[in-house]
Amino acid sequence: MSKLVAAAKAEGTLNVIALPADWANYGNIIKDFTAKYGIKVNSIAPSDSSAQEVTQIQQKNGTSLAADVLDVGGSVATASTSLFAPYEVATWSSIPAGLKEATGLYVGDYGGYMSVGYDSAKFGTITSLNQLLGSKFKNDVALNGNPTQANAALNGVMMASLAEGGSAGSIADGVNFFHKLKMAGNFNTTQATPATIKAGTTPVVFNWDYLNTAAVVGQPASTWKVFIPANATLGGFYYQAINKNAPHPAAARLWEEYLFSQASVGGQNLWLVGGARPAEQAAMTSNGTIDKSAAGALPPVAGTPIFLTQAQATAAANYLAANWQKAIG
Amino acid sequence: MTVAATTGTGARPARAGRQPPLAWVGTVPFLAYAGIFLLLPTGIVVWNAFKGNSGGWTLANISALNTGPVRTAFTGSLELCVISSAIGAILGAILAYAIASGNPDGIIRRLYIAGSGVLAQFGGVTLAFAFLATIGPAGLLLHAGWYSNFPWGIALIYCYFQIPLMVLVFLPAVDGLKIQWREAAENLGGSTWHYWRYVAAPLLTPAFLGATLLLFANALSAFATIEAWEDQINYVVPQSIGGSLISEVGLANVHEGDALALGMIVLVVIVMTGYFLLQGRAARWQR
Repeated sequence: MSKLVAAAKAEGTLNVIALPADWANYGNIIKDFTAKYGIKVNSIAPSDSSAQEVTQIQQKNGTSLAADVLDVGGSVATASTSLFAPYEVATWSSIPAGLKEATGLYVGDYGGYMSVGYDSAKFGTITSLNQLLGSKFKNDVALNGNPTQANAALNGVMMASLAEGGSAGSIADGVNFFHKLKMAGNFNTTQATPATIKAGTTPVVFNWDYLNTAAVVGQPASTWKVFIPANATLGGFYYQAINKNAPHPAAARLWEEYLFSQASVGGQNLWLVGGARPAEQAAMTSNGTIDKSAAGALPPVAGTPIFLTQAQATAAANYLAANWQKAIG
Repeated sequence: MTVAATTGTGARPARAGRQPPLAWVGTVPFLAYAGIFLLLPTGIVVWNAFKGNSGGWTLANISALNTGPVRTAFTGSLELCVISSAIGAILGAILAYAIASGNPDGIIRRLYIAGSGVLAQFGGVTLAFAFLATIGPAGLLLHAGWYSNFPWGIALIYCYFQIPLMVLVFLPAVDGLKIQWREAAENLGGSTWHYWRYVAAPLLTPAFLGATLLLFANALSAFATIEAWEDQINYVVPQSIGGSLISEVGLANVHEGDALALGMIVLVVIVMTGYFLLQGRAARWQR
């Protein structure tokens, strides 16, 4: 470890990509990493998608500008393993087997559950998705992106599918729910962002719970509420991967060690503070290293969480490619 | 803003003397620039449009152009460009004429030119958001029901930068109209209609068509504004290209994006050809 730190310090820089400062506490994570190791973090294109991360390393590999590490969705991670270097962090055994590629090509880092964030001052308490079809939600319900493009939005539609009684094998019921939402005049088809929420144009938002917190969307915690439908607890993880041609290979590996560190101020607990559920949460809860107040602040989850398999996610994407525009056009 | 040459007033001076032997050197920077930033990217797009995702040549990307959603996107692009460039060109031309007939050193003229310069560049997420917050579903000013209708809602937003752009590019042509020509027409017994029909319109038509073409291309390539206005439905081709590049749920297909871009190039070539034919007719008197 001390050799790794020395080598990383000698490189002096780390290129990260697609990490918005208000996403899962990445702003503070980057700041703390720099403070600890004196390594400058060069944050490239914070709002890029996972697909664009891969394109960036394909285009920039061989230059000092290529991203060293990626934080990508499951579909992109499994499709791009030829670009990754295998690496197992020191805390490898604390990561659930289902979240890691056996040889360490990619590994789940943090995740959350699909949720509905809303302005309770305007709507009162929401307890089921069907309420959203009511007349007081005219033009108010939005997704965080287009489900044929953005993973979070695809999961938003899938969550509606589960809430409607569908299974993870088919997203059709969710598409149908959004069709009804559109017919009711309640589906706002602009992309929800903290800016649209602040302007009051998207007061109901489907998004990962860690992106739907009052702090991230910039709303008062007393009125911005988040709920996860009891019969539709849909989880999703993001994955870390190291660019096999990383211009700063030691810094990249040190960054991974930092992200998976169980220190009281380290990657795992900082993600938790940002409202995301870190991969080692279960292990850290049993060994007592978890930040208890941050863990207690997470929105409650009932029922057994569902995680899409790669086959289910692909089937959902293909169904959306053929049917989404028709359903909401 | 002194490029009134587009109106082609007066005869060109005959070229005198021989050219110096190295005169072509002067064109090298331009040709290199156009080559690197226009021809090379175009070539790469065309090349890649026939490439498969697993390497090798294929026509699959091109045949994907003939599917329902893609046809809809091309029709949508065409509609939006025609509407927004027509409205922008007509209103912008009227505004340019109004400005040109005012005091050439007046504060109004300077205000309009400065304002147009700023507003012609106002686009993207900020513009879409400005309209969303003003007349969108929860608009501060009003809630316009047609705001989210395609193509009229987004065409109105596009006009916000199309009209000022028209003012900027068309004003020099209108400035080229000399007051003496109008006086001459009147001295010969011509009415206002005669002046416009036989003097001003023929003089301005080539510049008007050129400016309209610019507006058309401007609307065709705009992406960020319409993407911020409508995230869920791909109304126009740039949105489809965006989807083929950034989809992180496994639907990205870069080469299909290249084929879509090739389709846009073909569209521009068709429009340009039409423009040159029209321009040839409109400018016949210049020869």
